[in-house]
Amino acid sequence: MNITNIESIPGKTIVEHFGVVSGSTVRAKHVGRDIMAGFKNVFGGELKGYTELLAESREEAMERMTEQAKSLGANAIVNVRFSTSSVAAGAAELYVYGTAVSVQ
Amino acid sequence: MIDLIVFLTLIALGYFVGSYLEKRHYRSIREREIKYASLPTIMLKKPLHPERVKESRLVNGSVVISIDYFKRLMAALRNIFGGNITSYESLIDRARREAVLRMKENAEGADEIINLRLETSSISKNDQKGSIGSVEVFAYGTALTY
Repeated sequence: MNITNIESIPGKTIVEHFGVVSGSTVRAKHVGRDIMAGFKNVFGGELKGYTELLAESREEAMERMTEQAKSLGANAIVNVRFSTSSVAAGAAELYVYGTAVSVQ
Repeated sequence: MIDLIVFLTLIALGYFVGSYLEKRHYRSIREREIKYASLPTIMLKKPLHPERVKESRLVNGSVVISIDYFKRLMAALRNIFGGNITSYESLIDRARREAVLRMKENAEGADEIINLRLETSSISKNDQKGSIGSVEVFAYGTALTY
């Protein structure tokens, strides 16, 4: 699966459009991670637990999007966008969407 | 009385440890920015020589950074009087530069990154009203290999 966030796959031609594909995950914070984050709130600095949590969630959202594109018969996704929104206190939604296409 | 001691300790810890950590982080950011200066990152959507591109893929990097106790207090004071909140400026600046650097680290072997996008979102603890506290920056783009 070839994924880019530009409107084409350089060096290849788009031959078919399959429409929008998307994937999303909603993740809640982990209690252990939240305690560490409490310490970090005093000292400042990177919250590694959250960085990992969000990276894993985005990966999963991307996987879901890729699965959807595969089931449509696409071999590439172009113009991918990410968006984050907080749904409730302590939970975040990670959404990724793009256009499934077939390239040659 | 005990409350006051705890409060003052937190401020002192936040000020000394926080400013030490920030300086260390900026030093590491500057070093890595020099190291990755040979990998240009642009916001244009079209590559300069589309016919020469061998491979393209999506790369990303993200970071969550929190502010220290002292700066949080200073920002709260600023909220009363108004003006630039410099403590948040440096927080977001660090987060953006770090996210772009991590993206470049993930783009191992690429010659150029095009269509860079930066996404910022605030992760508030327990949803306190108006608190920024920690910020997440997510950088993504298309890495090209010539």
